[in-house]
Amino acid sequence: MIDINESVMQFLLAFVVVGPLLGAAAALLPAPPGLKGKSPGQAVLRHGVTVTGAILIAAIALALGFDHDHPSTMQATTDISWIPALDVRIHLGIDGISLPLVVLTALLTFLCALYSYFKPPTGPGPKAFVALLLLLESGTLASFAVLDLLLFFLAFETVLIPMYFLIARWGGEGRTRAAWKFILFTLLGSVVMLLGLLLIGIKAGTFDMVALATDNGRSLTASVQVIAVLAIGIGLAVKTPMWPLHSWLPDAHTAAPTVGSVLLAGVLLKMGTYGFVRILLPVAPHGVHTFAPYLAAFAVVGIVYGSLACLALAKRGAKGDLKRLIAYSSVGHMGFVLLGIATVTPTGVNGALFANIAHGLITGLLFFLVGALKDRTGSTDLDTLAEETGAALYGRAPRLGGLLAFGAVASLGLPGLAGFWGEMLALFGAFRPAAGLSRPAYLTFMAVGALGTLLTAAYMLIVVRRVCMGGAERETPALADVRGYEFAAWTPLVTLTVLAGLWPKALLGLSDPAVQQLLAGGTR
Amino acid sequence: MSAQPLAESLVQSVDWLAIAPPAIAAVVALGVLVADLFLPEARKAVLGWVSVAALAAAALMLLPLLDGDRGTFCRQDGTRACSYTADHFTLVVQFLVLGGALLAALLSVNDLHDDRRRVPPGEFWFLLLSSAAGAALLPAARDLATLIVALEVASLPAFALVGIRLGDKRSSEAALKFFLSSVTATAVSLLGVSFVYATTGTLYLTEVAQRLTHVDGQLHTLAQTGVVLTLVGFAFKTAAVPFHLWVPDTYAGAPLPVAAYLSVVGKAVGFSGLILVTVVAFPSYADVWGPALAVLAALTMTVGNAGALRQRATRAYSAVRLLAWSSVGQAGYLLVPIAAAGYAEDPGRAIGSTVAYALMYAAVNLGAFAVAALVGRTRTGNRITDYRGLYASNPVTALLLAFFLLCLAGLPPGVIGLFAKVTVFSAAVDAGLGWLAVVMAVNVVIALVYYLRWTALLFRTPEGEPAGHRVPAPLTAALALTGVAGVALSGAPQLVLRFATTGLF
Repeated sequence: MIDINESVMQFLLAFVVVGPLLGAAAALLPAPPGLKGKSPGQAVLRHGVTVTGAILIAAIALALGFDHDHPSTMQATTDISWIPALDVRIHLGIDGISLPLVVLTALLTFLCALYSYFKPPTGPGPKAFVALLLLLESGTLASFAVLDLLLFFLAFETVLIPMYFLIARWGGEGRTRAAWKFILFTLLGSVVMLLGLLLIGIKAGTFDMVALATDNGRSLTASVQVIAVLAIGIGLAVKTPMWPLHSWLPDAHTAAPTVGSVLLAGVLLKMGTYGFVRILLPVAPHGVHTFAPYLAAFAVVGIVYGSLACLALAKRGAKGDLKRLIAYSSVGHMGFVLLGIATVTPTGVNGALFANIAHGLITGLLFFLVGALKDRTGSTDLDTLAEETGAALYGRAPRLGGLLAFGAVASLGLPGLAGFWGEMLALFGAFRPAAGLSRPAYLTFMAVGALGTLLTAAYMLIVVRRVCMGGAERETPALADVRGYEFAAWTPLVTLTVLAGLWPKALLGLSDPAVQQLLAGGTR
Repeated sequence: MSAQPLAESLVQSVDWLAIAPPAIAAVVALGVLVADLFLPEARKAVLGWVSVAALAAAALMLLPLLDGDRGTFCRQDGTRACSYTADHFTLVVQFLVLGGALLAALLSVNDLHDDRRRVPPGEFWFLLLSSAAGAALLPAARDLATLIVALEVASLPAFALVGIRLGDKRSSEAALKFFLSSVTATAVSLLGVSFVYATTGTLYLTEVAQRLTHVDGQLHTLAQTGVVLTLVGFAFKTAAVPFHLWVPDTYAGAPLPVAAYLSVVGKAVGFSGLILVTVVAFPSYADVWGPALAVLAALTMTVGNAGALRQRATRAYSAVRLLAWSSVGQAGYLLVPIAAAGYAEDPGRAIGSTVAYALMYAAVNLGAFAVAALVGRTRTGNRITDYRGLYASNPVTALLLAFFLLCLAGLPPGVIGLFAKVTVFSAAVDAGLGWLAVVMAVNVVIALVYYLRWTALLFRTPEGEPAGHRVPAPLTAALALTGVAGVALSGAPQLVLRFATTGLF
């Protein structure tokens, strides 16, 4: 859109990756004189806002300077040798697939830092909290920006330790167990993924994603591709998470602090699906074709399973936890993303990438809202909240209730909001899967997936009825309505949800050329 | 007339520069022992600093040898077989051994001071330096006799070091356990060497390698037995299963710096000896030792990690015990590339992965021991629970320990630990040992549990009054050295990983 010098772009991308890392180190040091603020805690939280803000500005500048006419070429690339012994290069770059994810990550982390500044997390001091938040941001941004398999693995692993501590130290009930479950599941997946990555790197002679994508699996034998896709796929599927490897997610979300949940759902899960698109589709096409039907089958099972679990949680008397419910709904939504990828068609993959972003925005918003609800009522338990007739949020805190209803309808995929396009395109892709994939099977998957959207609508509406509506005759204390900082943190998400719903071309225009190129094998 | 050549063949010219690193350590060891007799009680501390300086000097003497083309004590008959070779492999392992011994010495300075009534300083430093001299000799040895002698020189003082605390029952029991099992292993090894000598008629490793390929058919079984038995002694030193049982009790019973020394230098002795006999001496028997080592590696890491996982945090000396078990697990990872060398076309590269991993392990493991030594000064029980809330009292130390533990676990921010594991994995995958890679992957996850459990404990709120630990100067130096090494390597892993690509021999 605007012309930014290439070396400035390079610097911006490097800054986006390294900046939070330096910020994390700086957060541990005592505040310099003049920046001490009212208290050490306040100073370090402000430091977090400043750093994430700077990163967000850099990410927006990247988006503005990005050449939107050629979204399929890697831009702002840096390529320097780091560990020649392992052939690891610091190869950074963004294209139409990674740019939206980079911006989404920078935005969500900034909003989380802003939210925490006004509402410091309950738990031990905020110093380590900010440092971990920034380390987490660095890891996520790096995994979207790197173009080297081993570096991707490094970034993938970097997020584990900060997230573990965010859950284990600042989480709610059952946090220790949830944190362990999170880190062990993910690590077990990722070491298996490492074996697959090494297999590809050793057999193909390079770890460079661009070179591998251009090669399009020509230098890998069929059996190597199958084994590699299985190994890498398991690692990514745990992260995504794909049914039946999802069981860490509901626990982690339920126990995590608000900010942790927002980032976990908003960006961490995306690393899994991003890996599918960026690594597996172009690098090992034969392996992907072998496993695509199974992936699609697991995906639709996930969709239905997630929705049914949510329905069960939403029922009266089920003692359903709202955070847990949203976590299960994430399993369903990520099922759509996986289904889109498993079609191996441009339509499906574009839908998957769109649904990825939409899920980040909407679920991020929902977790914020539920966190706010918990602060006000002290509970996220649906039965406690709703009691006999309903929580009557419309009456007690109309704006909060309105936003919650907005989030719910966006999540169920109302046309005109962000949630609609991704799922529609994913189902559409399944209607006509790539050549060589069994069409009847995919038609079945599509039908089952469509049923999932209905179930999603059902439980979301039940949640709205039980939380937002309710008897007015009861003597209920009014709740504090949306505060200023909450507005500041949530407005961008609401706006972008509407914007992406009304103007999907903004995103699809970016991702489509890049996806076309990836599926055609680097050079089109 | 013929006196000239005869004299030449009898009186060898010795390349003193090449043998300087082990020689300095050995000479100063004797010097310290003698000086101990004449020094008044109050000035015994000097001995420690002399020993530290000697180890530093020995390490510095590696600099002129960097070309890696020297050898001495060679055969004069044109076969160019040398007993002592200072090639790149030798230099790297000598650096590892001397550096490890130097750090262990730094840890000992305070330990001796605190424990001065029970530990005789002169003997301690003599034993430490002699053992280091033996350990530094071993990687340079290129004949089986020198190899066994070096192994013994490295081990015998170590038994005494373990049991050096006067009147400490635990310490002497540990020493006895260590001694008995080690001597058995060495005897078995010696038997193996004699079998190999019987079949090939030479002790020089390179010649053994050549002659083993055409051993008489009748002697084939003897040669095979010899190969396997020779490996046993070195497997013991690396603490590979089933020779690992001495480790936890010995480490917990020994003075802490000695445990640190054994965990790094003892391992280096074991794996460098294993590399020499397998890759240099018995390459033609790769189909025997390759699978054997692969199984050994898998068992070792699994047993070590399971043992560490079962360690109860409240038990006395649980911190040292955990480090001991974890060192058994790490020994398993060290064996993986050696096993892979049995399958690979270019064994040198696989060996390099072991060396690179060992360098990383040495730096971070000694760092962890340094923190344990610090905490052990005020909490003599050295339980893992004693580390609770360390961050509140000593933030820098706690962050360093967390970093070291995460390096050992192989998770960012311990980048070097991660990439060292990646090289080991890639050696296994490269050699087609997929099953071993999967076993190791599972082990990495198991290991994470206990490393992370300990790490998390550091940042918990302390129970009761946080006891600050005053950090004395030698410990600060050890912590700084290992910390800087760990951080620098994390930024530039190439520093050690380059050994994984170049042929070291």
